Amino acid sequence: MLSRTAENLYWLARYMERAEKTARLLEVGSRISLMPGGADGYRNEWDALLLAAGTAEGFDRKYGDAVQRNIESYLFFDTDNPSSIASCIGRARENGRIVRTALTTQVWDALNTAFQELKELQRTPRSELPLSQLVDWTLRHTAQLRGAIDATQLRNDNYDFLHLGYSIERGDNTARLLDVKYFVLLPRIDFVGSGLDNYQWTTLLRALSAHRAFHWAYGGDVTAHKIAHFLILNPQCPRSLRSCTQGMSDHLDRLARGYQRTTSVQSKARALLGELVEMTVEDVFEEGLHEFLTRYIGEVATVGGLVAETYLSGDMR
Amino acid sequence: MTDSFNEMFEGERIRPPYTRLGDWTESMPQELKRLKQAEAEALFRRIGITFAVYGEGGDPDRLIPFDMFPRVFTQGEWRRLERGIVQRARALNAFLADVYDRGEIVKAGRIPGHLVWRNEAYEPAVAGIRPPRGVYSHIVGIDIVRTGPEDFFVLEDNCRTPSGVSYMLENREIMMRLFPGLFRENRIEPVDGYSESLRRMLASVAPAKCSGEPTIVILTPGPLNSAYYEHSFLADLMGVELVEGQDLFVEGEYVWMRTTQGPKKVDVIYRRIDDAFIDPLCFRPDSMLGVAGLMDVYRSGGVTLASAPGAGVADDKAVYVFVPEMIRFYLGEEPILQNVPTWQCGKRDDLRYVLEHLPELVVKEVHGSGGYGMLVGPKATAEQVAAFRERLVAHPANYIAQPTLALSTCPTFVDEGVAPRHVDLRPYCLVGERIELVPGGLTRVALTEGSLVVNSSQGGGVKDTWVLAE
Repeated sequence: MLSRTAENLYWLARYMERAEKTARLLEVGSRISLMPGGADGYRNEWDALLLAAGTAEGFDRKYGDAVQRNIESYLFFDTDNPSSIASCIGRARENGRIVRTALTTQVWDALNTAFQELKELQRTPRSELPLSQLVDWTLRHTAQLRGAIDATQLRNDNYDFLHLGYSIERGDNTARLLDVKYFVLLPRIDFVGSGLDNYQWTTLLRALSAHRAFHWAYGGDVTAHKIAHFLILNPQCPRSLRSCTQGMSDHLDRLARGYQRTTSVQSKARALLGELVEMTVEDVFEEGLHEFLTRYIGEVATVGGLVAETYLSGDMR
Repeated sequence: MTDSFNEMFEGERIRPPYTRLGDWTESMPQELKRLKQAEAEALFRRIGITFAVYGEGGDPDRLIPFDMFPRVFTQGEWRRLERGIVQRARALNAFLADVYDRGEIVKAGRIPGHLVWRNEAYEPAVAGIRPPRGVYSHIVGIDIVRTGPEDFFVLEDNCRTPSGVSYMLENREIMMRLFPGLFRENRIEPVDGYSESLRRMLASVAPAKCSGEPTIVILTPGPLNSAYYEHSFLADLMGVELVEGQDLFVEGEYVWMRTTQGPKKVDVIYRRIDDAFIDPLCFRPDSMLGVAGLMDVYRSGGVTLASAPGAGVADDKAVYVFVPEMIRFYLGEEPILQNVPTWQCGKRDDLRYVLEHLPELVVKEVHGSGGYGMLVGPKATAEQVAAFRERLVAHPANYIAQPTLALSTCPTFVDEGVAPRHVDLRPYCLVGERIELVPGGLTRVALTEGSLVVNSSQGGGVKDTWVLAE
């Protein structure tokens, strides 16, 4: 397989996952805007959203005040914002168009339909597009694409590069979302065991579509320990760092088997996974949540760099 | 201008190949027609067949208008066309092999030397290289127009990288989905063998140094190219990689592509980029699209390029005039398909005639393509004619002129129902171990009433082209 093809597939998946993350953030925002909390709290939440999206700076430059409507436009439509849903879907589709032949008709169809409908949305007056509809629209299309990939793509190296993109992007996103919230979690560490009656946490879980799953998995009160365990260490949670790392490691192993060649990136992902498997929540808090997450984000970036070096450059001998 | 030949109607009578289509259109309500047209458009968009026009800006995902009314040939008509096209493709390749070797045709005085050696498309860098099987132009697209039941003329030859074959294939796919009934009633020769023939042809011209199954790739300028869809479509159908210049590199005696498993040797490159861009070390040094050192490998027989660099000299519009002479010279045969009578403005007598009759003629740039830089006399305003006259007088050798042909018409769906519109035809001839073409081609239609310009870049559309089985 051409290295460039692998690269396009990998980025196609990363952009779609990123679009999904942005949609989830918007959903959180729309919920918060419905809450009775004080104006300050509301304001902080939106700022936190921009931080989580990694786009606070760009937004400041362009709009200044974090007004809800502006944030919505910025995160959904604004093509000046590289993480906006419109930018991500546009780039994902461009990557897909370049490697059209590596995708099944259904996968291309899912991707292209999302892009064509997006153009429709861009022409529709904003007043006719409630936020909830935009969010649902995005989640529906990202899910459709994932479904089409799982249902129709051959289980060959194409499939592995797509899933590497998904796993790496998702791991990075979960870590960043958690990191934005670490300041909320930290003061509460002293109250381990006591109920964390804070809808900020609940909204984080919602952002990861893990709100109900969390309760099924743990029951009882929401505590810092449980949340950290769920989102970092629990292999059942599809967005936990552990699951994402497992995904990276599995697909790198499959590639190495298919190509009959072990690689350093494979060992790197395995080591990271091994660490998460052995770790306890106490270890995480001991290291410091923020410190741990920063390190994890760095490790994932290293894995991403090694993937590029090993497979995407075409220089492997 | 005289009345043009209507391929379906002779007065009230319907000509034989179209018999069954008469009922079909009559029984189709306007509403259904609109629905089908919308369905076709949605299909094209979903498949992603779009067409970007250079320099026009606007929607990069524009569709070429597709007309649902098919264009039909009888088996007899097709056999004759086929013989004429194969003959022409053989002669063009013989000409290329000759002018990059000893130039016998020039020595024999059958074509003026300056038209060949001083032609911009003549590539001195490849003189003396004999490509595998002596084939230079592997895919010959020959543009044909019709003016009467038996009268076919060759408008121009395309020996480099003729595009549009994906439309031939997709138009058929879409017609079969929209109107399966038509295909049950009419016995229509299939065209979907094209990709397999293309792959076989490319494999048959692999370099002698290549042992085993050759690795074939298509080299594209990239997704911004207007024909990118076609490049990826053909790569997909043949199951070969679609590469850009950056994916290839030269090392030792061979060309390699960068893959996830390391470098892989490439044997045959079906290149869809122009000569000037394929190797910055040999041609344009500023080219970002090509592969440095590719021509060295080509010269030493390490890789086949299809078409061969320099093939363009055979489809030059000034050389076109001499194709019938090539057929006589190399094959000892009389041309089956006629050329359109052509005045070469570089000749003094011809130029005088052209200047006197400018409003009646079609004048084309010798090196132009795509319907740009041409004058259609009868359709032009007095100012346009005057402006063109100045350019013509300044550089007469850059132009040829032809009479305005009464192109045949084929029924076409228009807003008011069905009306005749002018059409041309581009069949695709494959030249390798064998010379063959699929029964069909791309019919282009000028959608504007009375217009003779069928180029997609100038608002033309496309039709499915049928050859009826015996």
